[in-house]
Amino acid sequence: MADTPPDKNASPNQGAMPEPVVDHGRRWVPSLVWLIPLLAAVIGISLVVKTIWMRGPSITISFVTADGIEPNKTKVKYKDVDIGEVKGVSLTDDHSRVLVSVELTKDAKDFAVDDSRFWVVRPRFAETGVSGLNTLLSGSYIGVDAGHSDSQRKEFTGLEDPPVVASDVPGQRYVLHTDDIGSLAAGSPVFYKRIPVGHVERYTLDEDGRRITLRIFIKAPYDHFITKDSKFWHASGVDVRIDGSGLKVDTESLATILMGGIAFEDPPETPMTPAPAGSEFALAANHIDAMKAPEGYHVAVVMRFHQSIRGLLVGAPVDFRGVEIGNVTSLGIDYDPATQDFTSRVMVNIFPDRLQSFERSLPPESDRAARLERLSQLVAHGLRAQLKTGSILTGQLYVSLDFVKNPQPVQFNPATDPIELPTVPGDLEALYDQVQQIVAKLNKIPFDAIGENARKALASLDTATKHIDDLVQHADHDVLPEIRDSLKEMQQTLASTQASVAPDAPLQQDARQALKGVMDATRSLKALTDSLEREPESLVRGRKD
Amino acid sequence: MTAPHTLSADAVPAVTTAAEAGLVACPHCHLLCRDAAGDDPALRDRLRCPRCDGRLHPRKVASLSRTWALLIAAAILYIPANAFPVMRTSTLLSTQNDTILSGIIYFWTSGSPELAVLIFSVSIVIPLLKLVTLSFLAVSIHRSATTGTRPRAHLFRIVETVGRWSMLDVFVVALMVGLVHFQGLAVIQAGPGAAAFGAVVVLTMLAAHSFDPRMIWDRASAGPPATKQTPTGNRHG
Repeated sequence: MADTPPDKNASPNQGAMPEPVVDHGRRWVPSLVWLIPLLAAVIGISLVVKTIWMRGPSITISFVTADGIEPNKTKVKYKDVDIGEVKGVSLTDDHSRVLVSVELTKDAKDFAVDDSRFWVVRPRFAETGVSGLNTLLSGSYIGVDAGHSDSQRKEFTGLEDPPVVASDVPGQRYVLHTDDIGSLAAGSPVFYKRIPVGHVERYTLDEDGRRITLRIFIKAPYDHFITKDSKFWHASGVDVRIDGSGLKVDTESLATILMGGIAFEDPPETPMTPAPAGSEFALAANHIDAMKAPEGYHVAVVMRFHQSIRGLLVGAPVDFRGVEIGNVTSLGIDYDPATQDFTSRVMVNIFPDRLQSFERSLPPESDRAARLERLSQLVAHGLRAQLKTGSILTGQLYVSLDFVKNPQPVQFNPATDPIELPTVPGDLEALYDQVQQIVAKLNKIPFDAIGENARKALASLDTATKHIDDLVQHADHDVLPEIRDSLKEMQQTLASTQASVAPDAPLQQDARQALKGVMDATRSLKALTDSLEREPESLVRGRKD
Repeated sequence: MTAPHTLSADAVPAVTTAAEAGLVACPHCHLLCRDAAGDDPALRDRLRCPRCDGRLHPRKVASLSRTWALLIAAAILYIPANAFPVMRTSTLLSTQNDTILSGIIYFWTSGSPELAVLIFSVSIVIPLLKLVTLSFLAVSIHRSATTGTRPRAHLFRIVETVGRWSMLDVFVVALMVGLVHFQGLAVIQAGPGAAAFGAVVVLTMLAAHSFDPRMIWDRASAGPPATKQTPTGNRHG
């Protein structure tokens, strides 16, 4: 080929066409260009390997709402360190919840365990304070509370509220039962001697809806102050009481007034044996209630009163000889078609544990039947319920249980549930009855007839008075002058008698002189005896002078 | 080298090329020399330009294999370039990683579809187009395709022209990294994707550069009468 072209085309320039220099150098080494894709592959693979290596477990957390969660933006943070990122947000099949898929970093794989808890940190304005303000600017993130379990897990249910206490805080958890949540909320403090020692973690309504179960956390080292006998009460609010000692205002710290709280205390002289974690306690409404005798279980009792129960309130005490052994739980009114009348129905709860001696008098393993048997004996003995006035000022009533004298026998059926206790009218009611009886008796008196008789009697009395008047006049005229004369004679006799005994009468004077002579004789005799006494020898020798 | 007349691509007239004339132009100083090597492969690599002492090749050396190598490298790096973040924005409160695609989605959803389209075409479509187009051209050379030479030549020129614009993304990131650097408040850093993307752009440009478009015409001009040219094309391409 090299020969032909010069003949045809390149002939005019052939002479001028320079010859290339032949280099006797190196052979072309195998192309190094393939190192480039090799290098690229190494880089690419190393990046992929690094990514896979750095990649931690993927988990799915379900929340009620994805508010503030953005894929590829929202971080998962533990103690403010990024440990993952939200990769996707989707709805559950029934659209009720949101599924947030999260990719954790490699060193965060310990967080994907059974008892880890996740929640969304966003600004919150709760009773217990403001939190998550920094997320106003940076956006929400998912907070983690590291679990300690060993079992791995991929799917979690996110908390709606941040947990009050992180799981790595040392302390113990306990359970409280109460009827009334008051102003307590998750995060409310728990005080011991007014020192905040813990928090309410969460609260749930019991399944039957009757009580509330609170779970509290007590930080170490305060947790060993919780003993089996510890008493818990609502420390919320201000407790103002007027009693025999005057006005008393009782509060815990100011914070509890605003946001509620719980306080606990051990009754004096109880052994300080710490209660195990998870122990259950009752939460009383206030300090006094907490320190009251233990309630124990309660027995519902119904009482029917044939009188107005105005002034009786729910919660009013049931009093047995001054000891509060129960409370009124509900009030109502029943229609009795037989008597065409209404009776007031009062439901009370009695706490038999407050009658410890009564309880002890029963055989230890006594059952309900034995107790009811004992109760029917008491009723036969005269145990009755009665409404009494607790305060004359407010007219409040309370239920008093006591034995009445000369009880009327009543029918007591211990088989009914709730037990029905017989009642007697209250003290006011009894007074009212008595007054009524008196009035009824008074009503029977024939005041008309009595009046007529009295009038007649007065008329006859008038005539009798007249007779007496005449009689007196008659006496004045005839009887009195005679009496006057006889008095005059009597006076004369007395005067003559007086003259005979007058001081200056001659008889008197003679007698006086005689007496004087006797006296003188006596005196000289006395002088003689005296001198003889002094000088008895004078009788022999004569007087010495 | 090609006929200047308007001709249909398939009907390439028989033309004389330098190679057919036994001539070779120095690729460095464009001095036209006699091709002394001829069919001797031993001599082929030892020819030097008498004027500038540059190596004499009628076609670019190992054009196709270089193109392929660079294309494969670019294709490999194209994956991390899109999968990894190109820009890491750390502000006072959060750190954000942006891939090319997330930036495009951001612009699209935040009401700048024009920008989104621009970045999409510059950063995703063009590199991909270059990869596909160059591969297609290289494959057509391998298959000794004789048809569609002119469209293929156009395609190559488009690729060459447009390729240099695909650095736009890397350029933006580089600018941001330099400009936004308020220590503590906001820092922008280039991510691993940016390096990969830069490599993709550079590699595709190099691939386009090492592709010798004359090979498109080698078969076509040889056409039916000069099929014997095949060995030459293979050796040089």
